[in-house]
Amino acid sequence: MAKIKGTIIVDAERCKGCSVCIASCPCQVLALSSEVNGKGYSFAQMINPEACTGCASCAVICPDSCITVYRQKIE
Amino acid sequence: MAEVEIKQENLVYAKPKLITNQEMHYCPGCSHGTVHKLIAEVIEELALEYNSIGISPVGCSVFSYNYIDIDWIQAPHGRALAVASAVKRLHPDHLVFTYQGDGDLSAIGTAESIHAAARGENVVAIYINNAIYGMTGGQMAPTTLLGMKTATTPYGRDPQLNGYPYKIADMMALLDGATYITRQSVHKPANVRKCKAAIKKAFQRSMERKGFSLVEVVTTCSSGWKLSPVASNEWMEQNMFPYYPLGDIKEIK
Amino acid sequence: MAEKDVKLMKGNEVIAHAAIRYGCDGYFGYPITPQSEVLETLMELKPWETTGMVVLQAESETSSINMVYGGAATGKRVMTSSSSPGVSLMTETLSYLAAAELPCLIVNCQRGGPGLGTIQPAQGDYFQAVKGGGHGDYRLIVLAPNSVQEMHDHVAEGFDLAFKYRTPAMILADGVIGQMMEKVVLAPQRPRKTTAEIAAECGEWATTGKYEGRTRNIITTLELQPERMQEINLRLQAKYRQIEQQAVRYETTECDDADYVIVAFGSSARICSATVEIARAEGLKVGLLRPITLYPFPTVPLAELAMRGVKGFLVAELNAGQMVEDVRLAVNGKAPVEHYGRQGGMLFSPDDVLVALKEKLINR
Repeated sequence: MAKIKGTIIVDAERCKGCSVCIASCPCQVLALSSEVNGKGYSFAQMINPEACTGCASCAVICPDSCITVYRQKIE
Repeated sequence: MAEVEIKQENLVYAKPKLITNQEMHYCPGCSHGTVHKLIAEVIEELALEYNSIGISPVGCSVFSYNYIDIDWIQAPHGRALAVASAVKRLHPDHLVFTYQGDGDLSAIGTAESIHAAARGENVVAIYINNAIYGMTGGQMAPTTLLGMKTATTPYGRDPQLNGYPYKIADMMALLDGATYITRQSVHKPANVRKCKAAIKKAFQRSMERKGFSLVEVVTTCSSGWKLSPVASNEWMEQNMFPYYPLGDIKEIK
Repeated sequence: MAEKDVKLMKGNEVIAHAAIRYGCDGYFGYPITPQSEVLETLMELKPWETTGMVVLQAESETSSINMVYGGAATGKRVMTSSSSPGVSLMTETLSYLAAAELPCLIVNCQRGGPGLGTIQPAQGDYFQAVKGGGHGDYRLIVLAPNSVQEMHDHVAEGFDLAFKYRTPAMILADGVIGQMMEKVVLAPQRPRKTTAEIAAECGEWATTGKYEGRTRNIITTLELQPERMQEINLRLQAKYRQIEQQAVRYETTECDDADYVIVAFGSSARICSATVEIARAEGLKVGLLRPITLYPFPTVPLAELAMRGVKGFLVAELNAGQMVEDVRLAVNGKAPVEHYGRQGGMLFSPDDVLVALKEKLINR
């Protein structure tokens, strides 16, 4: 059965770890990293990538335009 | 299961082309970045990149000009709508908009704001209301809620001492020259999409010379409110929205 | 040759006519006595129907000068006019205009102060105009007309200087020059600058909207790095030194053999030119130096007169003694420099000035 699947790429250096993307994800895909970026911030990353539908809620809400979203119909 | 391929045809969302690569100086979670992004997206969608002049205020968003890749004028504190009035009259085919905070638009710049609206200038004011002065360190704004603690209302805003907050959007809605007044937020993806539609409508109306538009965006200031960005959004829903209800206040077709 | 366009007009009215004929793009103003005729005349002439010039009555002087800021930021030739208290309201943005290096024209038709003061003429805003007025280290180019004709001519000169040096220029007139009627030769109508001309002249900085092949322009006066803010200041100061070298204008009357020189500007200089005639008739060797630019100030010619052996300078102004300080700096102790003035809207007569010259210098 075909399924819509998504994935995101986070610009980890641009991310400030504000977490509004995490709160906005309907599928609990995201969490903050344990490591920090060059600015000293933990950054958003996918911890549950299988659940991502590519709805782009995380990217839409991101104040720093850190998230790029891709979506594909997987057969 | 197969992985999603990272290629152009699968791309559904990316940083808008008109958002520059410069990292924003805003605090983590600051709504300014979200609203900047919406403005950039709308300018791209309306193909106004070469036809836009933004007016930035004094306050946190003074540096808007570093983040949206169009021509910008940084205005003296509160005077953005006077600046915009002249720019639009001298360049009637351009998109001219201001980006102002609550202190800039509705405290020090109240006269310029009200009169630009009253004259029906064909400009758009994007009005960021987070009920506090962010740039100067979290002092009381004209929109600070009663009881709200700020650096200059350390015991909470007391109407006897500090006066009452006010809603300039509702005031402007009384003016004949103001034809589209709306209050939005960007705290949830659905609200971000609605806010973008409102900005787009305001920009289109400006280009059609339908009069003055105000897009108020009720936002957070997690540094000023001393809450995390996510907790700020919750606090805003519970406390700001009852006083500053979301939705269109006026639209003259 | 075409006949000259000669009219009898008030100084304030001529500002409006001169602006339109110069090809001014926009005027933004707020009524205040004694200069309201500028806006009134423009509204009556309706230049938006002929040249396309924008005219707008703002809700305050604060707003009108910020409209000028916006218009100037886009490379347009824009102006405002006001009188003393109104100009005080504008000073914050005058500082911004100088800092952002925006060319524009401001007319101050001075009245007596301080405070709300009087609506009668005075010259008490010399310091405000010449020393900057607002915050920070900056200057305005300041022109001081002494006739309705110069009110007319200074509009074009003010704009030309403003654009040449990318800095705001001010016409410092007063209620006398603004209100009196005189014959004036009007300049022929010039077209307003086209978009292409503005792009060629101001494309490097003006916020006209980006176009293909140029990066965005930003008009800002904010710089948080002290090193870079100092650089901006040094650049501005270098420009002011250049203006001081190149743009000084003044007029002398009977100064070549003068023992005593009166220094006066604007309406005072008109009065003092009669003083020179009366003094010469009495056999007194009196001359007049009239600064036409108050900034840059004619320091060098004054210093040369002092070096040549002028026995004393009388600075006659309609204030409590402002330009006298710049004359003292120029003369640098080589001769006595005295002030004679009236305030509060009072004028002096040519005889009053001669009496003062005798009392303070000749018969001392």
